[in-house]
Amino acid sequence: MHIPDGFIDLPTSAIFAAASAGAITYSLVGARKQLDEKSAPLAGLTAVFIFAVQMLNFPVAAGTSGHLLGGALAAVLVGPYAATLALTVVLVMQGFLFADGGLSAIGLNVFNMAVLGVWGGYAVFLLVRKILPKNKSSISIAAATAGLISVPIAAVGFVFQYSLGATATFSVSAVLGAMVGTHILIGIGEAIITALTVSAVMASRSDLVFGWKYKNSTLEIRN
Amino acid sequence: MSNRKFIFVGLLISALLAGGASFYANSNPDGLEKVAQDIGFIETAKDNANADTALADYGVKGVENERLSVGVAGLIGVVATGAISGGLFLLLRRKNPKN
Repeated sequence: MHIPDGFIDLPTSAIFAAASAGAITYSLVGARKQLDEKSAPLAGLTAVFIFAVQMLNFPVAAGTSGHLLGGALAAVLVGPYAATLALTVVLVMQGFLFADGGLSAIGLNVFNMAVLGVWGGYAVFLLVRKILPKNKSSISIAAATAGLISVPIAAVGFVFQYSLGATATFSVSAVLGAMVGTHILIGIGEAIITALTVSAVMASRSDLVFGWKYKNSTLEIRN
Repeated sequence: MSNRKFIFVGLLISALLAGGASFYANSNPDGLEKVAQDIGFIETAKDNANADTALADYGVKGVENERLSVGVAGLIGVVATGAISGGLFLLLRRKNPKN
């Protein structure tokens, strides 16, 4: 999913860099209000864990691999503001230290994975959590669904960027079909890893999980 | 599980995944790369400006042993990500009020 330099022209890359900078600023403000002594270390750990798991490409179809994006996972664990920041740190690190993802494409990649993946995934999580019973296993199921759908959402982000500023001239609809089809398959892996990780944290320290805490606190207010 | 222990266990798992399990990662092109190959726009990709640096493509330059090369690169990534994100989030956090 990491876009290299050259796929998308520089003006389009600059527009998405500006959009990503706006989203990062918004997230810095939100995270500053939300993070406390307990949640800040978990946000740091979440970035480290996502970096590590992103190295673990799994096979999806003939000759294709995928890896965790982690946006939905991070949003459920530490909230969408800190999640956007965690994913941004990972992407910047990968681009500069490991030459993974182009440097001119960092804004494009942050937009797809740290903004669309996080906020799209978080929206799906909230929707699914709403319709499920209010218990701990619902959090894992909602997180898995969010993971599943966040990957094609991020893939559509790329297709949008391609439609605006591709340096190649292949048809957008062909790219859309191929990207969505492949990334639904990768989304299944994303769902499994997201569910396993959220379940493990829920089992050991459910009080740290943003997507669970938040629900409890709204219930307390109603009481 | 205490906060300290939880974070330690999480970091340990991350280090084992990036430093050990990463050797077994599937090396096929990822979704985007495969689509770019199949449709044909892979040719428009340019090398990252850092493509020849010491850790490019998750390997330590000059280390022949593939397992060691990717493992050490992964561990460096874990430490670097932890230092930057840890620093960022600790700066952003609210301090607990004293009262």
